Order: sequence, then C-alpha cells, then structure tokens
Amino acid sequence: MGMIASIIFIVLTVVGTAWFGRNVMRIRKNILLGKDLNRSDKKGERWKTMILVALGQKKMFQRPIPALLHFAIYAAFVITQIELIEIFVDGVSGSHRVFASSLGGFYTFLISFIEILSVLALVATFVFLARRNLLKIPRFHMSEMTGWPKLDGNIILYLEIVLVLCILTMNGADEALMNIGHSHAVGLTGDTYGFAVSSIVGPSVFGGMDVGSLEILERIGWWGHIIMVFTFLNYLPISKHFHVLLAFPNVYYSNLKNKGQFSNMNSVKKEVEMMFDPNADPYAAPAEPAGEPERFGAKDVVDLTWKSLMDAYTCTECGRCSSMCPASQTGKKLSPRKIIMDTRDRLEEVGKNIRKHGKEHADGKALLGDYITEEELWACTSCNACVQACPVNIDPLSIIIDLRRYLVMEESKVPSELATMLTNIENNGAPWQFSPMDRLKWADED
Amino acid sequence: MSEKIKVPTVAEMMAAGEVPDILFWVGCAGSFDDRAKKITKAVIKILHGCKIKFAVLGTEESCTGDPAKRAGNEFAFMMSAMQNIQVLNGFEIKKIVTACPHCFNTIKNEYPELGGKYEVIHHTQLINGLIKEGKLSMSGGDFKGKKITFHDPCYLGRANDVYEAPREVLQKLDAELVEMKNCKAKGLCCGAGGAQMFKEAEKGDKEVNVKRTEDVLDTKSNIVATGCPFCNTMMTDGIKHFNKEEDVEVLDVAEMIANAMDL
Repeated sequence: MGMIASIIFIVLTVVGTAWFGRNVMRIRKNILLGKDLNRSDKKGERWKTMILVALGQKKMFQRPIPALLHFAIYAAFVITQIELIEIFVDGVSGSHRVFASSLGGFYTFLISFIEILSVLALVATFVFLARRNLLKIPRFHMSEMTGWPKLDGNIILYLEIVLVLCILTMNGADEALMNIGHSHAVGLTGDTYGFAVSSIVGPSVFGGMDVGSLEILERIGWWGHIIMVFTFLNYLPISKHFHVLLAFPNVYYSNLKNKGQFSNMNSVKKEVEMMFDPNADPYAAPAEPAGEPERFGAKDVVDLTWKSLMDAYTCTECGRCSSMCPASQTGKKLSPRKIIMDTRDRLEEVGKNIRKHGKEHADGKALLGDYITEEELWACTSCNACVQACPVNIDPLSIIIDLRRYLVMEESKVPSELATMLTNIENNGAPWQFSPMDRLKWADED
Repeated sequence: MSEKIKVPTVAEMMAAGEVPDILFWVGCAGSFDDRAKKITKAVIKILHGCKIKFAVLGTEESCTGDPAKRAGNEFAFMMSAMQNIQVLNGFEIKKIVTACPHCFNTIKNEYPELGGKYEVIHHTQLINGLIKEGKLSMSGGDFKGKKITFHDPCYLGRANDVYEAPREVLQKLDAELVEMKNCKAKGLCCGAGGAQMFKEAEKGDKEVNVKRTEDVLDTKSNIVATGCPFCNTMMTDGIKHFNKEEDVEVLDVAEMIANAMDL
C-alpha cells in the first residue's frame, strides 16, 4: 500500500508540474509575440519597486479593508508553501510528518502559524465571496464581469475554501489520533501536537471517532490538500489568478518614467528628421526596408509591446482601474479593465491559431474592431487614473494610445472635430484656427 | 490690468544683447483663449513684479504637439516638436516656465529624446520658489475667510507627481485650503485631457466635468483653484451647469497670487 501510494504521489507530482510547465511556456511564447521594448535598465530601482509594490502590496493599501483581507490570503498562500516541503518528502518516502520530531517546538510553531493564517484566509475568502456576490460593489458588476470572469472569480474562492478545509481536516484528524494514543508520526510521544487551531478543533469535531475512520479522514485531508495544490497550480494559467505569479515580473518591468511621458515613435521621428534636414535629397528613393514595412501603432495584439501583453496576463480583474476612470465613472463605454481583458482574450486566440495553423495564419480578426471599439478608445482622457490605481502596475493607457495611433495614422479614422484640431496644429501651430501671427496679441489687449 | 506691462520677446532681448533668465512658454490656450489670457497676464504680473528677466517667444512659439500626440497623430506631434526645438535651441534657452501642464509635460518629458533638453517648471513651482526665496510676499488679496479647494490637473499631478507646489502656494493666502474627496494621485480628471478638449465627449450618463464639479460643491468652497487653462474651462462650465457662478469662482493659482501679492 505504501509503495503504491508513493508511486501515485510521484506520478501526480510529475504530471501536475509538467502540465503547468507546458501552459506557462505557452503564455511565455504568447507574451514574446509582442514588440521589443527595453526594460532592462535601472535594476536597483526595479527591484525596489518590486519589493514595495508586488511583495509589500503598497498600492493595495490605498483601500485598507480589501487590502488586509487580501494580505491574509497572500500570507497564508506564501507560508503554506513551507509545509509543502514536508508533504513532498512524506509523499515520496511514505513517512508521516517527517520533520515533527527533529524540529520539535519549532515544528509546532510553524504548523500553528500556518493554521492561524489559514483560518484568517478562510474568513477573508468568505468575505470576498460576500463582496463579489451579495454586496453591490460596482466594480464587480460592470458589463465585462459577466459569464466566465464572474465564475472565475468565484471558482478561485471555492478552491481556496476546499484547500483550507483539507489542511484543517488533515491536522485535526491527526490531533484526534494523538489524543487517543494512535499517532503514526515517527518518534513522537504525548497526546497532542499542540497545533494552535487543530489541537482544539480536531478533538472537538472528530473526537469519539474510531481509529480507522480517523486514519481515513487524515488521508482524505492529506491527499485532498495535495490534489488541491496541483488543481490550483494548473488552474492558474487559464485564470485571472495567474497574477499570483506574474505580479512580480510585471511590477519589476513596469514603467519607471513619469506617467505623462508617452513613447516617441522612432519610425516617425526619422521621417520627420529627413523633412527638417536641409541636406536631404527629396527625390532620393527611400531605402528599401527589409520585409514588410512596420505598422504605425497597433491593430492587433502582436503590434503591442511585450510589456502590454504581460500586463494582460497579469490582470486579476479587480477593477480598481475602471472604478477610478473618468470615462467609466460617467457611463461611457470605455473600461480600462475591459481593454486589458480583451487583450488577453485576443492574445489567447492568436496563440491558439499559431499553434494550430502556424505563424503566418491570419484569422481575419483583430484586437481593434473585433474586441475593442473606436468609441471606447476615443472616450479616454489619458488622465492616468487607471495606471495609478493598478496594484500591479498594469498600463492600460499605453494600449489605448497604440490603438489610437493605428486608427489615426494608418486608417485616418479620427473624430471630425479632432481632424479639424489636427489640421489647425499643422497649419496654424495651434489647435484652434487662429493666425500664428496673432500669438502675441494678448500682450496689447486690456 | 490697469497698467500695461511690456512683454519682451526673446528675439528683441537678444537684439539688445541680453539673454533672458527664463522663458515664459505661454501656450496656445494662454495666447488665444480669452479666459486663459487672464492667467497669462497674471503670470506676467508676477514675473515682472519679482523683477525676473523673462521673455516670451511670441509669434515664434507654436503648439507643443501635445493634443496631436494624445490623439494618436505622431506625425503632427513630431513636426510641432522639432520646429519648437529648433527655435528653442536656436535661442539657447535653458529654463522654461509655463502655466499649462500639458506644455509642461510635453517639453519636460518628451522633448529631451528629440534633442530639446531644458529645465522646465510649472508656474506654481516658480511661484512657490519665489515665495521661499523671499522674493514674493503677500499681504493683500480678497481671500480672507474664504474656502479654497485645489483641483489637481492630471498632467501636473499623476503625470509628473507635482502635488505640493500649488498647495504650498495656496496655503500662503489668508484662506482655508480644503481637499476634495478625490485629490492628488486619486484626483478625478476634468474631462479635457487626451485631446478631449477639442471634441464632444462620447455618450454616457454624465459629463466628466459635471462629476468633478460635484466633488467641488461637496467641499462648500468659495473658490476652486486650478493650474491648467483646460481644467479652468471645464470647471467653469461645470459650475455654470449647476448655476453656482454666484457662489463658486474658478481661478488659476497665478491669478490668486497676482491679486494678493505685494508690489
């Protein structure tokens, strides 16, 4: 039996890890479809930002209540990983609580700590379920939050509840077994492990059960726990919950410049420089560019930078961006969260197409038009509220601007009033139709 | 303004063998918009009153290209930017002050890569500096007992993290400075940025400036201070929307200081 259990455990671990690895590599490949962007500078500042914003969740604490609840789940998630080491050793070797006797009091402390955090996480999970489903918190009820995104948010919370209940069942049954002198941990004596939660809850819930039932219960908890770990791990890549991993690199590679600074397009710069260069030969044939000429701006996900694509996979759809967006707040169609979700959905689709039909396949669809409409793009005031609000430094604005650039420069699709404004800038050096010669007239007026 | 102040252009100054210490970048709104011209004149009064050797570009100034860039037309932006950089570099300009956060942001952040490297400050930073150096003092003004709230322009605040300079200046006035529910990094846009100033808003259930004006009215302020000509327009329209022109005035920080400063 022990041998078979070990083999099942090893197979589960190998398959669970390999499948996860395969899906992560697919996401990596998709992200690398994006355009180049250098974010390898300022390493010190990047580490510092990552520690503060990702590890320390600095921006989350702008809203203290969800931040504290989220922190409980986050801390429990991180600390529980320590216990996994023991589970792996036990699972492979067939031992039981292999570190209990050697670590002694420290072991009790560690498991107690995990238990307390797990209970806090459980409470937080129930509050989150209530916030999502019972309380009418506007950002969870916007139009993009129906169907799969809504279900996704709830599934994660259900999985968390099952996971914590498994841990508590496992520890609780073990405590009840200790109580009646039937511990199967190696080299332990006494009638309790002394775990903070399960030494009380275990005997009071499971007390009175016979040894056989308790042992089965303990195994259900143990196997349930590890199965949930691998379920969760393999759920991540298809879920918004992938943020637990990508938050760190995404914050590391975030924009460190002033938020108001938009990128200057080098291709445009070169052309305009030519126009300004008195020595340039206006009749010279332009150098034949290798391959297809580069598109101005973005029509589809592959025209965006890899950082925008990483943003898309990092988004956990919390909606802080849209709750701060002036357009979203005043009932316009634009929602920065939807821009990011659309980018991810389209990128998944493009990735699937490439895997099925090869790199050159075109499905006739694009991010612009099939996912994001012009009306959404033109509602943006470029105020950066969405960028500021994002707890993991996602930048919806840069996607909006890249799409606008394509609309305007490749398709000349621009609202008529803006077309007038642009003509005025080109002809009069001002967005309004005033003569440039009148620019100093104000100085003579009363 | 009662007495007219002579506004020197850089060209005139250079012809007279002089170099300005600072260039006042007036901007399109400051040059052409009737409301914004008053802000321009207030800045001039402050510069002149503090005996700063300044000049303007006059007819040699043109749009920084900000609205073109935000609207997605990089060509129009690049043309404007390069033309301006040629002019500025031709005059060997080192330091620029502007009363428009959009010009401020563009020249400060987007021109350097294109060869235009200058020290750029917003007029509220200039005024704050002058007060700290003791060159500008205030005793007068019509602000005694008034309640003032400051509306953060996006391109000054979030875009460039300038939150304190305008507030420090306003605190020098004999008035009470109160904050709106959403201020500083959380400040709500007036609705004009990203080239929205030049078009009708998309369909929604409310105008952005009306929503922002509600925040203003919640504070029961007598004055909403701004540091951006476009915010000024939007807030003025918002106050009109609620028929509150009698109760709430929209003023630029420069206008308030020009009103209160000692000459």
